[in-house]
Amino acid sequence: MFQIRIHGRGGQGVVTAAEMLSVAAFIEGHHAQAFPSFGSERTGAPVVAYCRIDDREIRLREPILEPDAIIIQDPTLLNQVDVFGGLRREGFVLINTSRTFEALGLGEFAAQFPPRHVCTVPATEIALKLIGRPLPNAALLGGFAAATGRITLESVSAAIREKFSGRVAEGNVAAAAESFAHVRREKEELDHAQAD
Amino acid sequence: MLKQIEGSRAVAEAVALCRPEVICAYPISPQTHIVEALGELVKGGELSPCEFINVESEFAAMSVAIGAAAAGARSYTATASQGLLFMAEAVYNAAGLGLPIVMTVANRAIGAPINIWNDHTDVMSQRDCGWILLFAETNQEALDLHIEAFRLAQALSLPVMVCMDGFILTHAYERVDMPSQEQVDAFLPPFDPRQVLDPERPVSMGAMVGPEAFMEVRYLEHVRQMRALELIPGWAEQFRDAFGRDSGGLMHAYRTEDAETIVVALGSVLGTIKDTVDEMRAKGDRIGVLGITCFRPWPANAVRDALAGAKRIVVVEKSIAVGLGGIVSANVRTSFAGHADTVHTVVAGLGGRAITRQSLAGVFASAAAGTLPPLTFLDLDHGLVERALARERETRHSGPVAEGLLRDVGLVAAKIS
Amino acid sequence: MSFQPIKFYQTGTFTVGNRLLPDNERSVQSTLRRTNSLNSGHRACQGCGEALGARYAIDAAMEATAGQLIAANATGCLEVFSTPYPETSWQIPWIHSLFGNTAAVATGIAAAMRVKGRAEVRVVAQGGDGGTTDIGFGCLSGMFERNDDVLYICYDNGGYMNTGVQRSSATPPAARTATTAALGPTPGNPFGQGKDLPAIAMAHNIPYVATATVSELRDLEAKVRRAMEFRGARYLHILVPCPLGWGHDSSLTIRMARLAHESGIFPVFEAENGEVTGVSRIRRQVRVEEYLKPQKRYAHLFSPRPREDVIRRIQESADRNIRKYRLLEES
Repeated sequence: MFQIRIHGRGGQGVVTAAEMLSVAAFIEGHHAQAFPSFGSERTGAPVVAYCRIDDREIRLREPILEPDAIIIQDPTLLNQVDVFGGLRREGFVLINTSRTFEALGLGEFAAQFPPRHVCTVPATEIALKLIGRPLPNAALLGGFAAATGRITLESVSAAIREKFSGRVAEGNVAAAAESFAHVRREKEELDHAQAD
Repeated sequence: MLKQIEGSRAVAEAVALCRPEVICAYPISPQTHIVEALGELVKGGELSPCEFINVESEFAAMSVAIGAAAAGARSYTATASQGLLFMAEAVYNAAGLGLPIVMTVANRAIGAPINIWNDHTDVMSQRDCGWILLFAETNQEALDLHIEAFRLAQALSLPVMVCMDGFILTHAYERVDMPSQEQVDAFLPPFDPRQVLDPERPVSMGAMVGPEAFMEVRYLEHVRQMRALELIPGWAEQFRDAFGRDSGGLMHAYRTEDAETIVVALGSVLGTIKDTVDEMRAKGDRIGVLGITCFRPWPANAVRDALAGAKRIVVVEKSIAVGLGGIVSANVRTSFAGHADTVHTVVAGLGGRAITRQSLAGVFASAAAGTLPPLTFLDLDHGLVERALARERETRHSGPVAEGLLRDVGLVAAKIS
Repeated sequence: MSFQPIKFYQTGTFTVGNRLLPDNERSVQSTLRRTNSLNSGHRACQGCGEALGARYAIDAAMEATAGQLIAANATGCLEVFSTPYPETSWQIPWIHSLFGNTAAVATGIAAAMRVKGRAEVRVVAQGGDGGTTDIGFGCLSGMFERNDDVLYICYDNGGYMNTGVQRSSATPPAARTATTAALGPTPGNPFGQGKDLPAIAMAHNIPYVATATVSELRDLEAKVRRAMEFRGARYLHILVPCPLGWGHDSSLTIRMARLAHESGIFPVFEAENGEVTGVSRIRRQVRVEEYLKPQKRYAHLFSPRPREDVIRRIQESADRNIRKYRLLEES
């Protein structure tokens, strides 16, 4: 089973991200479960959503306490919520930011994980450019696909098109593709750096 | 057809396949997505003929369903928590009149304190009202149980509640197999009620019944509900043949055949319990779990048979009888031949508190070791409780309980300074 | 006005007078084809105004709908005395659910008829004042707001009579009830309270609202007939004296209703879409004392010492009604 935890704020599409992720996994023939940790509707409040992916029926209903991957849609949560709690040793981290891990004060933290497992992507900027709104959720899924290889960009795009339609869908698909490319580049640069 | 959709959506689509004629809805978290989806299907013409009525309260919702069902229309509504209580008078009325209404209850805690998260105290407050009560373990079972519910309701002339855990199931996206209209039509006969208001054949419904006959009327209601115990197992087989999966039935037993410890529970927590059971079995513990699907009528004989070989029973329930202890466990005790002390009550998940494998494994191991008390509150923060009690001892004017606790937990700003 | 009152002079209260009228103007009650929807054998008190009103109204509704009628009934006197187990006096399809949900039950029945394509079957909801103005108010307003195709009939006897004459929001000022005792400086029901249900119904802008009393049979029947010409939410508020609760002789039921009308205490009128379209003018205005005196529920206004101040306030409110609805005949 692969468990993903997504952190963000109300209004950023965190819950939708988890749902689309589960649809992408479903499209690839996996079992997937997505659910939010709930509160009354309130824009701006910290929100957590969960997604489990497996190749057999998922029976577990507890919150994801030991995620294999963490996606952070809003880095302002870093000082407010324990976003990394329980992250597995070989876990993945994907942060929506245009800064580096060091600049975020996470240099030492990131060093604990395999370098290719900790990625950043300026998803909000990409979303603003390609969708016209600062909604980074779909873009981040593209980044997630590149970072973990657990789902393909094609499945992410199909999931986006199931949820949205018309220009909104295509904008989000484009944002996911650009994020995918960004993260893939990041990892390739790391490979070259290590090869040197 | 396989779909990856929200539980509420799955239920709405399943209900629509059952050809409801009158749907009435009053919004309350966490059921709203169900009736919103149904409203869209009606407005968009996909569900037709069907009247979708926005009512002014849950009391009105059940009352509209009563009128519609009495006049011969297949009727449906959905509610939760406070809404179920607000319609309580009408809930009893529907059962007493013998009207085949189906209602989804998206289980949610009852206030005060106000809480929108999942537990079973709402439906448990109505457990003896005369409605048939079915509990879904997964979203697949939730959608399947609605199809069974409509059939049961009209077969027995009794209303049926289908319970699914609020948020945990209603708002979870998971894979479901949605049947086709043909499949549902083959399983669910056209609506043909026993009693109907019709100018061609006038009848009076709802007359006063005095001491000379009330005992008998109520007894007949009991007898009629018990008939469900005969119908449900056979239908589960039919369902398996028609739809290719095990849904419904009176209960699901998992690894109970040689179990020394049997856990009993209702609803979605069974999934987490099964994972816990598998982990413990891998270490050699003889433990199994019994999931009750049909809570009313209480399947006494089936439960007795399923629990017969166990040394101890651990009932994990999301409900509490304030002043007594467990509700489900009290029901279980009536069907366990062993000593009453060997039935342990674990109250868990009240107000949406997460239930983890780790905590469950702890109580199950404790039970096996003989150290589990008769009544436990899973993951209770004893420090928090002790401090609250200390505050009450110290001063008469200790203020609202909830605020005091929340302040202690740090969720409320203690001071403005 | 749906109906032009026929003035029967010198024939008194007891004359139905149908033999003086052409066939097509006779009341439903006078004809052989009347359905007796509320059949004899019910257990109402002698002189019960509600039993009279219900028989008049439902027989008129059956005539207007060619017998295609379903009724929902609130808990209360009518429900209790009409269905003493194991008998029923109803010859129409009839359901009693609860006290406060009758309008909603009727909404459900109407929806069922609509979905089954049986638009010719009409729905009547009926209840007393308690079940309508108090506990049933929420469901009533909901039915009005949605414009559901239901005629709601309120039989107003000014209190919860079946449970022992307790005060409702329709109880008139100064009336004694079991919960508004005739004691203290302001005996009986307080002034300045109460709901004007017909006005509230009109404020919902529903197609048709009317008031009536059991003293004007043809007027009541005409209003039921008129109501059935409309689709959507309709409201009929009928004053039905209760000899037991009001404390008057059971032979005076119709007379008390007429006095309520003729004093201006109970305005009789019709309205469509929130606007008054006709009134039943007062033929011969009476002072409110003539209405109050025969009723023991107002006995404290006359003895041990007359409460002229209270009677004056009641007269003032009657005069206000007369002005507001222009109830006095133009000379």
